[in-house]
Amino acid sequence: MAKTIAPGTPRLPWSTRLDKFQRRYAPYIFISPFFLLFAVFGLFPIVFSLYLSLQAWNPVQGLGTMRYIGLENYVWLMDDPWFWRSITNTLWIAIASGVPQHVLAIPLAFALSRGIRRFRHPLTAAYFLPYITSAVAVSLVFLTIFGTQFGILNQTLQYLATAPWSAWLFGGLADALPINWLGRAPNIKPAISILVVWQYFGFNVVLYAAGLATIPKDYYEAAEIDGANGRQAFFNITLPLLRPMIFFAVSLTIIGNLQLFDQPFILTDGTGGSSQAGMTVVMYLYRTGFNWLEMGTAAAIAWLLVLLIGVLTMIHFRFFGRSGLETRD
Amino acid sequence: MKKLLALALASLLTASVALAQTTLTVGLFEPLNEHLDRVMDLFIAEHPGVTLDVRTLGYADHHDALVTYLATGSGAPDVVAIEIGYIARFVAEGGLRDLSSEPFSADQYEDLFVQYAWAQGRTADGRQIALPTDIGPGVMYYRRDHLETTGWTIEDVVSSIDNYIQYGRDLKAIDVYLVASAASVADALIRSDVPAGSGIYFDADGRPLLNSERFLDAARVAKTIRDEGLDAEIGSWSNEWYEAFRTGTTATELSGAWLGGHLQTWMAPETAGLWGASVIPDERLLSWGGSFYGIPNQTPAEKLDLAWELVKFLTIRPDIQLQAFKSINAFPALPSTYDDPMFDEPLEFLANQPARQLFANVAENIPGVLTFPGDMVAQEIWNSALTEVLNEGRDIQEALDEAQSLVERRVRR
Repeated sequence: MAKTIAPGTPRLPWSTRLDKFQRRYAPYIFISPFFLLFAVFGLFPIVFSLYLSLQAWNPVQGLGTMRYIGLENYVWLMDDPWFWRSITNTLWIAIASGVPQHVLAIPLAFALSRGIRRFRHPLTAAYFLPYITSAVAVSLVFLTIFGTQFGILNQTLQYLATAPWSAWLFGGLADALPINWLGRAPNIKPAISILVVWQYFGFNVVLYAAGLATIPKDYYEAAEIDGANGRQAFFNITLPLLRPMIFFAVSLTIIGNLQLFDQPFILTDGTGGSSQAGMTVVMYLYRTGFNWLEMGTAAAIAWLLVLLIGVLTMIHFRFFGRSGLETRD
Repeated sequence: MKKLLALALASLLTASVALAQTTLTVGLFEPLNEHLDRVMDLFIAEHPGVTLDVRTLGYADHHDALVTYLATGSGAPDVVAIEIGYIARFVAEGGLRDLSSEPFSADQYEDLFVQYAWAQGRTADGRQIALPTDIGPGVMYYRRDHLETTGWTIEDVVSSIDNYIQYGRDLKAIDVYLVASAASVADALIRSDVPAGSGIYFDADGRPLLNSERFLDAARVAKTIRDEGLDAEIGSWSNEWYEAFRTGTTATELSGAWLGGHLQTWMAPETAGLWGASVIPDERLLSWGGSFYGIPNQTPAEKLDLAWELVKFLTIRPDIQLQAFKSINAFPALPSTYDDPMFDEPLEFLANQPARQLFANVAENIPGVLTFPGDMVAQEIWNSALTEVLNEGRDIQEALDEAQSLVERRVRR
């Protein structure tokens, strides 16, 4: 549809046209780098993996060998014992490593902000350090700590179980030692959870410390005048006013813990461990795609995981979201 | 100005010279690069105008990257190394050139290689996908000191599986474990005595064999070892494993012949002279490791000749293979090298035992087994069933029946 310019209509000078053009389009050009990069590295993989989840594809045969099979990957997974085992594992580890993170982080942040203020910053930094350390490096260290014969954890427990001053508390462990942390199915998930708690609770301490900083001092002063002790102040002032932050931090934990990969991967040497007790959904996805070359099924696992995260986050929003925000009034 | 012109001309000239050169990219995993670095000049001297661009990654990263290159159809090196753990998927699933066809006609070299290694790089319908470069004949390393203390001879220990277990019981009396993991004994048993024309996990028709007698028996032996407390329950390639070699808490280890090199150079160098090598108990013959070279489908046609020259250079040349044996302890896949005086040398680490003759003898007698597309996943399912039997006390028959149906489920797709 070419517009013909009527003869005689004076053409605007090019500088004016350029000015009009740039006024109109410059904003788009300025924000385009993000959208271009997002399209290539964000949107395309998302759409492609959805497409892939409907295909049977062995990657080493090249892109041309994809075969459309509809929902078969999803149907197959619904009936796959290993897939369900990986879901159970993931939920188990998510809860066992998620709950302690917050139960530890909130009182600690409270103590840091009110009690030991002098060392607040160095201590916060120390707690935060594991979070910014590579998960792989941390896992390798824990691999040594969890060693059965020579691991420091078992050595410590051994000492505690036999030393006279601690035997009354740890003596019961003596028969169970040495614990095969990473070799026996019942121990693998707790071992992974210990590592995850250690690595991520510092991040929550920082979040909660920031949340605590927003609570006005007046409340505490008023409570003190009314004769409330520290415990009452914590449960009746801090905790309720911290609820929006708790809601936010728990959301992050849900999303993060359901995508756990590095730690279980290193601790179980990439296998998932005895009885796949440590195989998380993302690990199963990786193994299906890259070890067993079923890329279509792997993509379907990814989408089922998205669904799971979506549902759980929604439940979390439904039950805690509104009440979390209401307390703001 | 004149100077600038001359400079521009000179750079143009060098650019055109560079164009006349062919650059061949080679994708390797460690430590194969150390070997290629040493023999590279020889190859370049024999093929003037070639430059080799060597890209080395760790073992797992190399193979993951290779899968990605083949998936996207670009980026793959012109010549690639593939380890035995990954060869099945490339052999069975494609992505690499058929070297049996023209212009390679690799089948003419079949007789040069150890028979089973050749078979590992071959598809069921007779296409050679990769040529073997080094192999891992399965052997047993044992501590001589523990043998002496218990009053056994190595010949008695390896004469039968029952004797091997009995040796373990005697070791237990002196607080020494028979082996790091009972699972490695089971693995040795399922990989040997494979009927001719069958794979390890599948029969000739592709039916899974996971609840066949060979697997049940292997699981039973492993369970006996575990239940009687004869193994240290230590996985391979862990700090605990190295520590056990150093301190001598385990008396034997079933492995590829290559383990000796690792023990000597970094795992337990201070234990030199305490070790010996023998056949696997019950004189089972099996392979344990090995590497191959192949050419990806995407290697451009004009580079095929050179790529093939390099593959041949690294695989069928006895002098190059011996060099690899010397520099990185890669055991040659060419029986013609076994006459080299190197093979008669007493090995100081093994108390002057001339063990290389033993390795060569094992290598030449290992029968070939077929490779199937489902091997990787079947191996995984077997490992998982075995750990359930050993670690969680599951019934053998029940665990292997479930494993069988899991494999059936996967290969039916």
